[in-house]
Order: sequence, then C-alpha cells, then structure tokens
Amino acid sequence: MNKSFFARNPSVLIFIACLALFTLTVSVLADGFGAGVISTSFVKTLGKTLCLCLIAIAMDLVWGYCGILSLGHFAFFGLGGYMIGMWLMYARTELIVANSLAEAEIPPTAQEISDAIGNQIFGVVGGSDIPLIWSFADSLTIQLAFVVLVPGLLALVFGWLAFRSRVTGVYLSILTQAMTLALSLYLFQNESGLRGNNGLSGLQNLPGLDDVPQSTVSLWFFWASALALGLGYMLAAWVVSGKFGSVIRGIRDDEARVRFLGYSVEGYKLFVFTLTAVIAAIAGALYYPQAGIINPGEMAPIASIYLAVWVAIGGRGRLYGAVIGAALVSLLSTWFTGGQAPDIPLGFYTIQWVDWWLVLLGFSFVAVTLFAPRGIGGLFDLYTGRHAPNRHGADLGPDMGSLREKEADE
Amino acid sequence: MKNIFLALFVALLMTISPKSSQAETIQDILNTHEAAIAKGSRKTIEPAIAALRDSGLPEAQKILEIWQAKELWQRKADKAFFTAEKDSGSTYNLFDVVTGAAEGQADKKELKQIKPNSGVRGLIGAALVQFQLLDADIDKRREALVAIGRDPNASHLPALRGAIDGEPDPQIKAEKIRLERLLSVQYETDTEARITAIQSLKGDLGVDARAALNPLLATKRIAVLGEAEGNIARELEPGDDDFSQNEAYALLVNSGLAQPVPSSDDIRNALAANIDQGSVAGIPTAQLSNEETRLKAYNTLAENGIVPPAISAAEQRALVAAHKYFEVYDIADSRITDAAQDTLDSIELKVGMSQAIDLGLDGLSLASIYFLAAIGLAITFGVMGVINMAHGEFIMMGAYTGYVVQQIIPDYTLSIIVALPAAFAVTFAAGVAMERLVIRFLYNRPLETLLATFGISVALQQLAKNIFGTQARPLTSPAWLDGALTFNDVVSISYIRIAIFVLALVFLVLFLFIMKRTRLGLEVRAVTQNPRMASSMGINPDRINMLTFGLGSGIAGIAGVAIGLFAKVTSELGSDYIVQSFMTVVVGGVGNIWGTLAGAAMIGGLQKGIEWMNPSNTLAAQTYMIVFIIIFIQFRPKGIIALKGRAAGD
Repeated sequence: MNKSFFARNPSVLIFIACLALFTLTVSVLADGFGAGVISTSFVKTLGKTLCLCLIAIAMDLVWGYCGILSLGHFAFFGLGGYMIGMWLMYARTELIVANSLAEAEIPPTAQEISDAIGNQIFGVVGGSDIPLIWSFADSLTIQLAFVVLVPGLLALVFGWLAFRSRVTGVYLSILTQAMTLALSLYLFQNESGLRGNNGLSGLQNLPGLDDVPQSTVSLWFFWASALALGLGYMLAAWVVSGKFGSVIRGIRDDEARVRFLGYSVEGYKLFVFTLTAVIAAIAGALYYPQAGIINPGEMAPIASIYLAVWVAIGGRGRLYGAVIGAALVSLLSTWFTGGQAPDIPLGFYTIQWVDWWLVLLGFSFVAVTLFAPRGIGGLFDLYTGRHAPNRHGADLGPDMGSLREKEADE
Repeated sequence: MKNIFLALFVALLMTISPKSSQAETIQDILNTHEAAIAKGSRKTIEPAIAALRDSGLPEAQKILEIWQAKELWQRKADKAFFTAEKDSGSTYNLFDVVTGAAEGQADKKELKQIKPNSGVRGLIGAALVQFQLLDADIDKRREALVAIGRDPNASHLPALRGAIDGEPDPQIKAEKIRLERLLSVQYETDTEARITAIQSLKGDLGVDARAALNPLLATKRIAVLGEAEGNIARELEPGDDDFSQNEAYALLVNSGLAQPVPSSDDIRNALAANIDQGSVAGIPTAQLSNEETRLKAYNTLAENGIVPPAISAAEQRALVAAHKYFEVYDIADSRITDAAQDTLDSIELKVGMSQAIDLGLDGLSLASIYFLAAIGLAITFGVMGVINMAHGEFIMMGAYTGYVVQQIIPDYTLSIIVALPAAFAVTFAAGVAMERLVIRFLYNRPLETLLATFGISVALQQLAKNIFGTQARPLTSPAWLDGALTFNDVVSISYIRIAIFVLALVFLVLFLFIMKRTRLGLEVRAVTQNPRMASSMGINPDRINMLTFGLGSGIAGIAGVAIGLFAKVTSELGSDYIVQSFMTVVVGGVGNIWGTLAGAAMIGGLQKGIEWMNPSNTLAAQTYMIVFIIIFIQFRPKGIIALKGRAAGD
C-alpha cells in the first residue's frame, strides 16, 4: 500500500501527458500565437470537445462504475452553462448600458440602470423587469458558486428522492429522462425568467475585455477546459481507485449484496450522482462561453442519451474509454454534419453524410452494444493483455457480471 | 359642397314635414330623396332609406334590393329612376322600377348608374332585414336573422316583433323569439318589459346572451368627497387587490381632484432642461445619480416656480384617504342591473358546470390518446420487461404507412380501413425483425436494451426524414369524422376524438381477450412468469417472445394511424409521445393493463386539469405534470396498480 497513487494508476500519467502534449501542440499552432495553422473556430471546437470529454468522464463514473444509467446529466451541464451565461450576459449588458447612459446630461440612478438592463435582456420575451433569479447575476463569484451549487443541489434532492424509494435500473433512467424533459420544458417558457426559447446569447464576449481578440479568448478557454479535464480525470481516477471505487463497482454488479454487506448503498449512489452532476455543470460552464449561445433545446433528453452513446462507444468502466468515445464521436459528428465528409455516389443514389450520418451512428451504436460491449477502450486490452476470465459463453455485461454463467442465462 | 347642403336640406325637410304616406307612391319618395340617392353618401342617405323602409308600400323591398344590387339608373334630364338593360352599343332599354314596363330607350351618356358604396349598401341591407324577416323563402329569413345577430340595432326590434307571429317554421320562430329577447335586453325602453327579457335569459349558454348582458353591467370608477350618487355597484377601498393607492391617486387626477405627480422621467427631464453651468438648483449634476438628490433639486426648482411642485407620498396618501371611491353602473336603474347581475350569475354557474364537463371530455380524449400510445408499450415493457425506446418510431412508422396508403388509395374512408391493418403489418414485421436481430441477445441486459433500441430509434427517425423530408405530411381523416358532437354552446367533442376513444376501448378489450382467452395469451403469461418451466411444458419461448414483441409493435403502428389523423405526421411524431408513454406505463404499474389505463387516465386528466388552471401555458402544464409524476413515484414506486407476490418478479 506504500505505492503512490500514480504508480498504481499508470494510465492517469499517460493520459495527463497526452493531454498536455495535445494542449501544447494546439496552442502553438493556433491563431492566438500567430502560427495560424488552426483557425479560431476550430480551437473553439477542440475546447468544446474537451468539455464534452469531461462530462463523459462524469457519465462514465455514474454509469460505467456505479451502474446508474442517468439520462439527465446534460441537464446539469446546461444548468451550469446557464449559471455562467447569466453573469456573462448581465455584466456585458451592464457595461453597454452604463456606457450609453453616461452620455446623458444627468447621471443615471441605480434604478434607471437596472431598468435599462432589464429592457435590453428581456425585451425579446416582452418584459423589462429583472426576474428574481437574476438577483445575483452581477456578481461573478456568486454565479460561479451557483455553477456548482444549483446543479449539485438539484442532483442531491432528485437523487435523494429517487434512491430513497429504491428506484433502480431502467426506471431510474426513465425518471431522470423525465426530469430533463421537465427542466427543458420549464426553461422553454418565457415565464421561467431565462429568456424562454431564445436562451442566452453573446456569451463568447467577456465583459470588459472587448479589446482582447477572440483568437486569444478561445485559447484561454481551451486551456481552462484542458485543465478542468485533467483535474476531473485525476479526481475520477482517485475516486474509483480506492476502497470507495470497489464499493461502487460492487453496487453496479449487485446492489443487494453490497447492501447486505452493511454498506449504505443509497449514500454511495447519492454521492456519486451529485459529484458527477457537479462535474457536468463545470464542464457546461466552460462549454457554453465557447459555444456563445445556450438555449433549452440543448438540454432536451436526447442530448443526455447521446452522452450515454459516447461513453458506450468509447468503453464503459474505464475513464480513458469515455474520453476517447466523447472526443471521437463528437468530432466525427462535427465532421459529418458539417458537410466536410465526401459524398459516396452509388450510381442510383448518392449518400450525403449530412443526411445519413445519424443513421450510421444509430446502427453502429447497436453494433457496438451487441458485438463490442467494451467499446473502443476494449482495444487497449489486446495490447495490455488484460483478459476477462473465459466464461465459455456470451459476454456478460456489467449488470450481470457478478452472476455465474448459468445464473445469468436465465 | 352644394350637393351636401341640398341633401341636408332635403333630409331636414323629411324629418320636419309630417308623413302623408297614404298619398305617396314609391316614385314620390324616390323623387323626394333624389339628390341623396344620387349622391350615395353614407352620411346623408339615412332619411332616404328610412322613408322607403317605413313607407309601408309593397314595392319598397324591391326598390331597395334593386338599389343595393347597383341596378338602379337615373335619367339625367328629369332625374327619374329606372332599371336599365343594355340594348346595343351605348343604347340602354329603360324599365319602370316597380312594374317593369318598358319606358323607352336612352343613350348611356344621358343616364347615370346609381352605385352605392359598401357603407350605403350595408345601411340598405339593414333596412331590408325587415322585409326579409317576412320573406317567403326560408333561407332568406334565416339570413336575415344572422344579419341582425351580427349587427344588432334598436330599429330591428319592432320589425322582429312584427315578424314572430306569422312565422310558420317552428325552429326559425324559436330563433326569432330568442333574438327578440336579446334585442329587448339591449334596446327595450320599457323597464318592466326589459327586466322580463333579461330574466328570461337565465341559464342561456349562448355567447350572444352573455354579450348582450355584459354591457348592461358596464361600470366606471368615480372618486367623490361625500356620498356617491347613481347606481352604485360597489365601494372601492384604496389598497385592495384591484385598486391600488396609485390607481386611486390616478383616478383623483383624472377627476380633477388632485394635481398629477411628476414621474421620475418627468423629474429627470425637468432637471436636464434646467442645467445651469453643470449644476441644477445649486447641486452639481454629477451628484444627481440617486432619487433623493434629484427630488431635492426638483423641489428647489419648484420653490422657484420653474416647475410644478412634486407631491410627496404622504400628501398623496392624505388626498387618497380624503375621498371615497365607487364603481357606478352606466345604467342608472338598479332594477335592470340587479336583474342582469342575477341572470349572469345563473349563466356563469351553468357555464362553469358545462366547462367542467367539457374539461372532463378533453381529459378523457387525451387519456385515450396516451392509452393508445402506451398500450403497445404495456405489452413490450409491461409484460416482457423490454425497454423499447424505438416504440415512438413504430408509432411514426404507422402514421407514415397511413400517409403512403392515402397516396395510393384516394378515397379517405377506404384508405383508413386499409391503412389500419397495413400499419399493423408493417410495424409487426419491424418489431419481429428487431426482436430477432437485436433484443433477444440482450434479454439479460436491460440497460443495454435501452441503449440499443435508442440507436435504432435515432436511425429510424433519420431514415424517415431522408425518405419523407422534414416537412409535415397530412393524414386526412374521412369526411364523416369531420366536425364535432355538440351538446351545447360550451360542451362539444370532435368525432375524431370519439373515434380514438372507441379505438382505445377496442384495444383494451382486444388485449384482455388475447391475454386471457387465447392460447397465445396463456403462453405469453407462462413465458413471462417462468421461461424455463414454460419451455419444459413444450412452449417455445423464442417464438412467444417474438410474437409478443411483434404484437406490441403492431399496436403501436395502429396507434400511429390514429394519432396521425389529428396531428401532423413528421419524423418527430413518435418522440413526442415516448416519454409520456413510458410515464403512463410506469405510473400505472408495470405488467397490468388496468394499471396502464389508470395511468393514462391520471396523466391525461391531470394535464388537462393543470392546463385549465393556467390556460395560456401548455408547456407549464407538462412541466408540472412531470414533476408531479416524479413525486408520485416516490410514494408508489410500483405504480398505481402494483403486482404482488411472485408475479412482481425482481
């Protein structure tokens, strides 16, 4: 037990090294440093991809390790984005309004400034009053705290309710999906105070930093995303490496047995659920300033299911698998839907990938589930020689992994 | 200008001079009003129309109709009126307006066609109503009633009363009586008769009845120092929910009892207008960034008489407190307003009850839609325990099948009859294929079933988009399903919804029959409970699973046709229902069809109920409903009807 954490988990060091190398390469080649090989928009795409890798790690933690197939983590991701977006939008509007009012002969009162801000932000939804939930939008510190607190609290309450009443398996998945749907429907209303389906926009502009070009800002966010991903990976690796990790894997494989061993299953699950929600929210808070706009459509239940798709394709139950899956699928998706992929002429019909990419993704996902439950990460097993015990039969997924073959066949 | 004066003069003459209708002929009247008729201005035409209408001459109606149809011509030479018909070239044959006898010919240049504008034609139409009410043609009479109802007028009242007794058709007679009451409510001058008319409307659900009664209760707010006069509806207390202090003060200002308070905008503008070398009233402008300093500067200005004085909040309150505020009816007679209030109350009560029934019907129809969408899931998820995220896409496939069938068979009735089994066949095949190729490998891994079927759902949705495009495709219902079953003015339900309700019932019975009365149902239940025992009894579990899954998918296809009839068919059709369908099954209780029924009833009823409380916002209704369901599952995790004992599985 006297080996250090890194010595026990060499994959963490390899991952951090790869990430550092990648960050360095992109930085040197980016517009911001003058090399100009990588355009600003592509730096943003890469930065966003890093954020998606981070939320994939969260998903892997909660699903791959703890066995809770949550279809709601993109809701936390979006909530984090909304929290930081509120500050970005409010602070920037405040500056603009203050500038325009400063030209008047009589200096504006605090009330007049807040009225003008309200008009600017909520004019599109036909209001001018600043809703109560924006009370702290002028403070970066409080909104940053909200990035962690609001999704964390929501996950805590929801998780407590769900786990307390022993909702498990697919029921829990459907319940989390319902929660996501409710949240996105709620945000779609103008009355929610978050600008309805318009969402928050102009988030790529940092308040007070109008002089800094986007090429530089994009690099800042890229570095921040890379840092967050590195820290998130280490945290996740640390969580799953010790005794705690063994317990949550035990919960995944057979909840009842872990409970009979005297562990508080609900507590463990709640901790993992909340922790991953917070990680997801942080990823969202870094993602949306790079995307520039956030609206409730981003939080639709389907986004969370795609998250599960990434993790499954990358390989559940191993952190680097989640990262590989998220990066690969989201970049491929950008490539295919962006119209860059070459069309395939079949003579009678030309396959345009913009239209057919989702069909390919859907079916390849079915294929991965059926034939390669370990995902892309399974390829690493070939190299390291890590083999599952030969069970002389069909591969058993994590859910039935603890059963003997005969039991599992039933 | 000259013409107008002339017309006015003629009009004046008409009103002053007593009518000598006995001696008058229609030509006399036309001659008297010749100028006004020829001019055709809405402002001056009324006396001419009135004279024709009230003349009591049998020809009057015909003249008015000719006039309205722009068939009246005037000879410029002697200003006489004719009807005319083109003969040849520019020559016209002239006929007497009444008898139709030929009156010789004239060149077009000598004639002037009277072309009343739409305003004048409207006035003529209103005058004609009186004649039309007594017309021999039943359709004309009906039209006349509609015309009066659309634009009621005090002058219609006597005409209407005169037309009731002679009415042969009982239905139209009833309509006439009702319309007469509505008009009496509004225009009757005799108070007793008016009150009787008002009271006779008790419990009348028609929108027009409420529209006639509501103006009687129009109020205005007044502020007085002492006691109020007039027909008082109620006294207002400043600070009430609907009468704030500010409103009270604004009322005082409007009544001339108080000075207007300068708004903060006014104050700022006044200050900006009085800047003197960087300061206002001795206060530097830089300090004017809060309300108190601004008010101080403004008060200084007011003391100097430059601006009207600001009125402090305390003064405002004192002024408001010194007065009394009332809502006063526009109609002075309290007997009329009381009767109207009484009648309206009784109507509101009845409307409320009808709305509750209507809401119940709406909820029922929504519940049957959810039930129809969920019944397939109740089989695949409830009985087999297979999560099929592509269930929504099976619904969509059914709807598209219906659309394709309609492209081939143009007759809507026939195409629906063909589409239902076709949709079942298509989705049954798709379901069986999916079960054989994907799901049977994943029976022990429910979470992965969820994901794999989700992959299929994404692919199917995109395939539908590629084939049918993104725009919505219509699935037209046959004509006999158009329209609605109307019970009264408030309660109605469209036939499509009734058909869906019936379809839902049929499927409930079908499901129960298959499960409880057929060999297949027996084997399905056996395989669900214990597959190994079932197979040792000679049942082939693979075959049963395949058929069960196909059956559930097939029912989804039929639900798709039904849903497509009232919703547009798009590739997203299924995903709109998938979460609700799962909710229905989970809330109701997995593995029990009655549970699904209860779940659908609860979700449909709940959604309509919440919508009723907050009618502007269906999104909010869905949000609150889902939150409610999440909380509900806390208390009954196994659903409304939970399986007990061994059947519960786990």
